[in-house]
Amino acid sequence: MKPRSIAVVGAAETTEMGKIPNTSIIGLHADAALNAMADAGISANEIDGIATAGISPVDLAHYLGITPTYADGTSVGGCSFMLHVRHAAAAINEGLCTTVLITHGESGRSGVGAGGRGSNRSVLSSQFEAPYGPVGPPTLFTIPWSRYAHVYGASSEDLARVAVTQRAWAARNPRAKFQDPLSMDEVLDATMIATPFTKLMCCLVTDGGGALILTSADRVDEFAGKPAFILGTGESVETPMVSQMEDFTSSRAFRVAGKKAFDEAEITPADVDHLMIYDAFAHLPIFGLEDLGFVGKGEAPGFIADGNTAIGGSLPLNTNGGGLSYMHSGMYGMYALQESVRQVRGIAPAQVDDVAISVAHGVGGMFAASGTIVFGADHR
Amino acid sequence: MVVRKSHPMTDSSPRPRRMPKPTPETQHFWDGTREGELRLQRCDACSGAYFPPRPFCPACGSRDVRIEVASGRGLLHAFVINQRPGPGFDAPHSVAVVELEEGPRMMTNIVECEQSLDDLVIDMPVEVVFEQLDDDITLPLFRPTTKPAGGAS
Repeated sequence: MKPRSIAVVGAAETTEMGKIPNTSIIGLHADAALNAMADAGISANEIDGIATAGISPVDLAHYLGITPTYADGTSVGGCSFMLHVRHAAAAINEGLCTTVLITHGESGRSGVGAGGRGSNRSVLSSQFEAPYGPVGPPTLFTIPWSRYAHVYGASSEDLARVAVTQRAWAARNPRAKFQDPLSMDEVLDATMIATPFTKLMCCLVTDGGGALILTSADRVDEFAGKPAFILGTGESVETPMVSQMEDFTSSRAFRVAGKKAFDEAEITPADVDHLMIYDAFAHLPIFGLEDLGFVGKGEAPGFIADGNTAIGGSLPLNTNGGGLSYMHSGMYGMYALQESVRQVRGIAPAQVDDVAISVAHGVGGMFAASGTIVFGADHR
Repeated sequence: MVVRKSHPMTDSSPRPRRMPKPTPETQHFWDGTREGELRLQRCDACSGAYFPPRPFCPACGSRDVRIEVASGRGLLHAFVINQRPGPGFDAPHSVAVVELEEGPRMMTNIVECEQSLDDLVIDMPVEVVFEQLDDDITLPLFRPTTKPAGGAS
């Protein structure tokens, strides 16, 4: 895409966050959507494109009373919304539609309106991973870390430091689920979930949602919301089975999506003022920093230990507190996007000074998919 | 190669093991484990071995592929130790990935050793053992190779 040809003109999360027992999944989508429409100063009849994951775009369109000429149901896990942004940008530039609503809502904690978990016993992951007793992402997503730690001499302290650093950011975010400071020992001594990952190295499980409204950059003055321009986009997928990753110390999907987005935006890591890396588990920011090229292989733990990603550091990372401390409904990518938009708009609770460029990097499944969006502030 | 009928880790878990359901493309693998063989596929066009099963080579796209029996030897590539009871398992138990001598990697459990960081060591040599779950499904598991090939112990 042409940089700055598309902008986010509406962005909002659900009115409440955390535990929302009185709202179903589609209700969370709708609440976030209505908040984003209010932010943009438009109503549903001005939206002609929709994208969502977790529910069908058909459900969303019908529930909100939208008659779209563009519908995207790409569902590749928690980074689906990064892919939706990318596809929406292309669709708007191609003339398929003019104004796209992207929504997320998940009753991850309360399970209101959730369907049963069907499982296909014949897909490859059911045949060749599930019989070995993994209990969801905590015992699968975490497996590559042991290889990384072996190759680069990393330790559990490196994981704990990610959680401690992000908790300090969360302390500045009134909407964060956990805001009390954490010590290294508290993280290391927390309940062991999947050795070496303790509970505090794993993301939260909460309820919530978020929505974005995108349009072409030449129309931003028609909307109330302060624009956040899309400078670059990238996406990729690798494998539905973590056991089949090409390299257990690096995500191919991260590298491909990140490079595509940075090339499109014509930026290098040195140009980035603020960064969001989807942190379902504490090793993900480490993988992300390296795979996006912010540091070399094996250098991310030291980079974090030196305070670069912390408050006052050179590269503020996961400033909402992240999936480890802010919230994680299941598909967290939307919240990474929301925080990037807030930061380039200059309205984040833990606002970083002078954010001209923010990157939101997402993961889907367990290193299965990835999406990267480069946002730019409005400097006109 | 050893075929065992029950798994000590399954004895008291309240949830049943998640059982695989073979497809026509994977049946040869499950037929193999039942017979005490770990079957991979190899491409006759590019000569690469691969897993999981499919009737064409994922590296070059050729349909000119054959089934071969793996040595059953490999190295522990990565793992976690699950501290919560998995379906059909008591905690703690390893969820591991082994890199086979032939190149492909597969998920498994490391058995016949303590499920601890002292006993599970990255790149330690392992060999396949087979655990029969029912008449149709026998799982390939791996155990530490206690004796190096040709060595005394």
